[in-house]
Amino acid sequence: MSSLSEKVAVYISRDLYEKLRKLAEEGGFSDINEFVEFVLREVASASEVDMSKEDEEKVKERLRALGYI
Amino acid sequence: MVSKPHGGRLVDRVVGEPRRARLLKEAKEMVSLAVSDGIAADIANIAHGVYSPLEGFLTQEDYVRVLDDMRLSNDVPWTIPIVVDVDPEEIAGVREGDEVALEYRGETIAIMKVEEIYGWDKKEFCQKVFKTVDARHPGVVKTMNRKELLMGGPIELLKDPPEPFENVRLWPKETRVLFRERGWRTVVGFQTRNVPHRGHEYVQKAALTFADGLFINPLVGWKKPGDFRDEVIVAAYRALIDNYFPKESVVFAVLRMEMRYAGPREAIHHAIVRKNFGCTHFIVGRDHAGVGGFYGPYEAWDIFREFPDLGIQPMFIREAFYCEKCGGIVNEKICPHGDEFRKRISGTKLRELIRNRREVPQWMMRPEVVKVVLSFENPFVE
Repeated sequence: MSSLSEKVAVYISRDLYEKLRKLAEEGGFSDINEFVEFVLREVASASEVDMSKEDEEKVKERLRALGYI
Repeated sequence: MVSKPHGGRLVDRVVGEPRRARLLKEAKEMVSLAVSDGIAADIANIAHGVYSPLEGFLTQEDYVRVLDDMRLSNDVPWTIPIVVDVDPEEIAGVREGDEVALEYRGETIAIMKVEEIYGWDKKEFCQKVFKTVDARHPGVVKTMNRKELLMGGPIELLKDPPEPFENVRLWPKETRVLFRERGWRTVVGFQTRNVPHRGHEYVQKAALTFADGLFINPLVGWKKPGDFRDEVIVAAYRALIDNYFPKESVVFAVLRMEMRYAGPREAIHHAIVRKNFGCTHFIVGRDHAGVGGFYGPYEAWDIFREFPDLGIQPMFIREAFYCEKCGGIVNEKICPHGDEFRKRISGTKLRELIRNRREVPQWMMRPEVVKVVLSFENPFVE
């Protein structure tokens, strides 16, 4: 775990906090902090592979040559 | 949408031209270290993002966190230490901050920036990773024979190690494009080191019923004596898929990665790796990555509860068996009949039948698969 001194506070509404607390509990997270950090990390991360069109075409060419597409 | 890469970004440490040519030239002036088959495979897996977010071999802080807490120092789940071991004499003169050339079968395949050189306690490693120091455990034997020091730091891949199964080997950036091309939003990953029997097929099809696609991803590379040889596994799966799967629902590709036989910890590792390939779900079977009774039959299921932030959904599917009364392959959750009707599909029994070239019943293995397996003079690792 990162130490507390490396954390910052973010303010959210009480209603949302209660909803998230419940979701964290149901999801098996040890506390709401762990849950919120996980969700935000997921949102902040890139969703797809960074690939140029040219690289993607090369990948597709290989997949076609191997019979995958 | 398929899974996001573990840690948020798909790592790419493959060097393109013209930098590659320059680094190959520079490598000639560097200390060169010969690496084993397993480490060469790890280098390729790091570089191609299979082990994302790792960009190299673990430095000490990550190594300790992985051993103690099953997480990297940034809290991202990681259960198997990916390390490169060296002897003090082969790195004589190498200082932290230096670059070394990593050589496989006489060719430089990668450059490593040595961030740290540190000692390790192999027994502690075994106790924490394998939960035993028993010399009958193949992972313990392998670990105790490794070299005295570890080297941590990022790598850059200059050349892929040779791959005999190149035409059925895909990297994560390729599977991610492939899954998208097929329109799959949910993909279930299946890890294996065996030829498929009816129980495996049942589990795969049960999972596929609820997902858009199935990614069958057997490991090739070092396995213990008595396990099936890689070429047998590949040929057997081809026979199974050709005859019993709708081709548009399945992707088959091998992954060169050594089995560690680390049971529950390795089950998490296998799930993380498949997440990087784009899988949203991962099948965790009975005694996943286990060996010789060192782990409980469903111990690998329990460990997933410790990782709610894994980012890939485990699918726990019970062991399948043939029930004479049901007239098919079932599991204990859906079959009400007693033991007198149940025939267990034992891997040991199957291997024995195959070894002695005796008839394998159809309820154990598809005849097309048996035929392919028996076409090999010796299907087993010596």
